Amino acid sequence: MNKIISAEFLAADIKRFVIEAPKIAAKRKAGQFVIVRIDERGERIPLTIADSNKEQGTITIIVQGIGKTTRAINNLVAEDFFLDVVGPLGKPSHIENFGTAISIGGGVGTAIAFPTAVALKEAGNHTIVINGARNKDLVILEEELKNVADELYITTDDGSYGYYGFVTQKLQELIDSGRKIDFVLAIGPIPMMRAVANTTKPYGIRTVVSLNPVMVDGTGMCGGCRATVDNKTVFVCVDGPEFDAHLVDFDLLTKRNRTYNQSEKAALNNHLCKLDKAFLETVTTES
Amino acid sequence: MPPLTKKERMQIPRQPMPEQEPLARSRNFLEVNLGFTEELAKMEALRCLQCPKPVCVDGCPVGVKIRDFIQLVGEGDFLGAAAKIKEDNALPAVCGRVCPQEEQCEAKCVVGVKHDPVAIGRLERFVSDYEREKVGIRTPYVKPKTGKKVAIVGSGPAGLSCAGDLIQLGHDVTVFEALHEIGGVLIYGIPEFRLPKNIVKAEVDALRNLGVEFQTNAVIGFTDTIDELFESGYHAVFIAVGAGLPYFMSIPGENFNGVYSANEFLTRVNLMKAYKFPEYDTPVFDCKNKNVAVFGGGNTAMDAVRTAKRLGAKNAYIMYRRSEKEMPARLEEIHHAKQEGVEFVFLTNPLEFLGDEAGWLHGVKLQKMELGEPDTSGRRRPVPIPNSESITDLDMAVVAIGNGSNPIIQKTTPDLSYNKRGNIIVNEETMKTSKTGVFAGGDIVSGGATVILAMGAGRTAAKAIDSFLTTETW
Repeated sequence: MNKIISAEFLAADIKRFVIEAPKIAAKRKAGQFVIVRIDERGERIPLTIADSNKEQGTITIIVQGIGKTTRAINNLVAEDFFLDVVGPLGKPSHIENFGTAISIGGGVGTAIAFPTAVALKEAGNHTIVINGARNKDLVILEEELKNVADELYITTDDGSYGYYGFVTQKLQELIDSGRKIDFVLAIGPIPMMRAVANTTKPYGIRTVVSLNPVMVDGTGMCGGCRATVDNKTVFVCVDGPEFDAHLVDFDLLTKRNRTYNQSEKAALNNHLCKLDKAFLETVTTES
Repeated sequence: MPPLTKKERMQIPRQPMPEQEPLARSRNFLEVNLGFTEELAKMEALRCLQCPKPVCVDGCPVGVKIRDFIQLVGEGDFLGAAAKIKEDNALPAVCGRVCPQEEQCEAKCVVGVKHDPVAIGRLERFVSDYEREKVGIRTPYVKPKTGKKVAIVGSGPAGLSCAGDLIQLGHDVTVFEALHEIGGVLIYGIPEFRLPKNIVKAEVDALRNLGVEFQTNAVIGFTDTIDELFESGYHAVFIAVGAGLPYFMSIPGENFNGVYSANEFLTRVNLMKAYKFPEYDTPVFDCKNKNVAVFGGGNTAMDAVRTAKRLGAKNAYIMYRRSEKEMPARLEEIHHAKQEGVEFVFLTNPLEFLGDEAGWLHGVKLQKMELGEPDTSGRRRPVPIPNSESITDLDMAVVAIGNGSNPIIQKTTPDLSYNKRGNIIVNEETMKTSKTGVFAGGDIVSGGATVILAMGAGRTAAKAIDSFLTTETW
C-alpha cells in the first residue's frame, strides 16, 4: 500500500499525484516507470515517474483519465492509497551532454518528458523545451518547465495560448533557423511522436521517443508490450521504453494499442452506468 | 482380518480420480479433479506393497517419504500422513496436483511393473486437502533462531520450497516477488481449473505462519540489487526468478493483434482474472465462438488451449510440429484436453501469421512435417514436407514454445556467471553460483522445467545455504 501525499488536477482530466514510495524515490532515474494498481480487481497501469524526492521518499506521477481505471485513479485524493506501486521499471534515459537538446512533450507527455528535460539540463545541455497542448486549458507544468528550460515554447493547436500550431511546426522553425540541434526527445501521443520523427529524420538529428504500449507485468515476462524497432521485435518494458525514433514502427504500435478498445469501451460504459445508478439512488434517498 | 498378501494388494485396481464431467467443466473454471474420498484413499493405500527399499522415493526430487505416508493413509491416520509429507515438501497440495508423477515417483513404483502404479500423487493431494479442510494446515517444528537472514528472489516453487526448509532450520527468510501476488507460476501460469488459487494461498499462508516474510512489488535488480540485499543485512541470497522471457517463433505476422505468448494469455486470465471481465478490470481476447490455436506441446500449451475452450472458443486447436508421442505435456493434461473437445493437429508447423489492414490476426499458413532422425533431445526431428502448405482461419493464436531467461538479474548483476542462453551457472550439488553467498535454482538455472524440479532445486539450495550460514565458509 502506498499513501497519496497530495493530488491535484493540472488540467481537466490530468491529475498529479505525489505518492509515498521511498525505495523507488531513492532509485529511480529519468525515463523509468512504475506500474500501479488501485484495488484487488484493478488493472496494472504503467506510468512514467515524473519526479521524485529522495528526502521525503516520494515519487510524482501524472495521470490522464481516459479509460475506466485511469478515471478511477483520478478520483483518488490525498490520504487515499494505491494498493500496489512497483518499480522503477525499464531502462533509464540515455543522458549525456549532446550540446543543444530539445525536449518535446505533447499533452500528458509533457509530464513524462519533464524528468528527462531536467536530466538533460543537469548534464550541461542547452535545453529547449517545446510543450504542446490542444488548447490553453490543457497546458500543464508551464512554471516548472520555465525553471528548467533555457528556452521554453508553448504551442496550442487552436492558438488560444503561446505559439499557434503543432510542436512539429515549432521544431521545424528551430531547425530552419540554422541552429545546430544535437538531440531531440519526443513524448506524447503516437501521431505526435511519429511527426517529430519524420521532421528530424531528413536532418539526421538523433531523436528518441518513449513508447507506451499495452503492458501487464512490466518485467519482460509476458511479451504483451512488444513493438518493432529496426525490424526487430523488442519488449518495451525491458528493452525500453525509449527507442531511436527513426527506427520505430509507429504503424504497428498504433494498431497494437487498439487491441482492447472494444473491451475498454464496454468497461467504461459499464462503470459509468453503475455511477449513474449510484447517483440516482443517492438522489432518490435524499429526496 | 489378517493383513493383505502382496498378491491381494496387487489385485486391487488403481482407484480412479473423481472428475467434473467433461462437457460441464469445459465451460467453467472450477477444478477438474475432485479428489479422493476417504474410502478411495484407504483403498488406494492398500495397493502399496510397503517395499523395504522404497524406490519410489528415488523418483521424487524432494524426497517425500512416500511409503511411510501411504502406510499412515492405510491406517486412516490422514493427519499423520500429511505431517509426514511436510517433512520434505512445503507445498504438498500443489504438488499433488501438478507434479508429473507418472515420470517420477509413480514411474519407479514396483506395483507398476505389472499393474498400474500406486496413485501417489492422488494420495498426496488427498491428505494435504484433508488436513487443510479438517483442521487447517498445521505448522511443523521450527528450530531456534540462528540470527541469520536469507533473501529469496522469486516466490515460485523453487523460492517457496527453499523458504520452507530454511525457516524450519531457524533462519530468517524474506521472499521478494516482482508481481503483486505470491506464488510465481503457480499464480500467473497454472490455471484455476488445475490448481485453485485458494490452495496456493493456503500453502503460502502456512509458510507465513512459520515466519517467512513476503514482499510483493519488489523487482530485485531494480528495487534492490543483489549487492544491496547483502548491504541491508542478508547473509545469503537465493535467486529463483524463473525463466520468464517468452520465446516467439520469429515468423512473419507475430505481432498482429490476437497473437499472444502463453505467459501473457495465462497471466491475464489467471493473475488478473480476465475470465471475470468486466467484474475484474483486465481484458483478454474475447474467444467466444472464435477459432483459437495454441502452438506447442507442453503443459503450458495444454493450460492455454483448455483456457481458451473455457472462454468459449468454437474451435480450440493444439498445433504441434512433432507427433503425439513426442509431446512433453503430462498424459493427464492431454487426456483431459481431448475430453474437453480440444482438437490436436500434429506434425504441423506455422510459417506465417496472416492479418488484416487493421492489424488483426485472421489466419495462419501451416506446413506439414514428418519425423526424421532423432535430434539432441533424443526425439525424432520434425522435417518439413515440401509443397504441403495450407491456410487455416484463426482469430487468436497463443505461442507456447517455452521461455528464455529473464534479463533483469543478468543486467543488474554482471558478476555472476551465465551461459550463453542467460541461465545462471551453478554447482548442481549445492546450487552455489560464482558469487560468494549467492545461490540460484529453478528455471533460471535449468531453463523451463517443472514445478517439482524447481522445488527440488530449492531444497538442495536450502541445505547448502544452511551449511554456508552455519559454517560461514563458502
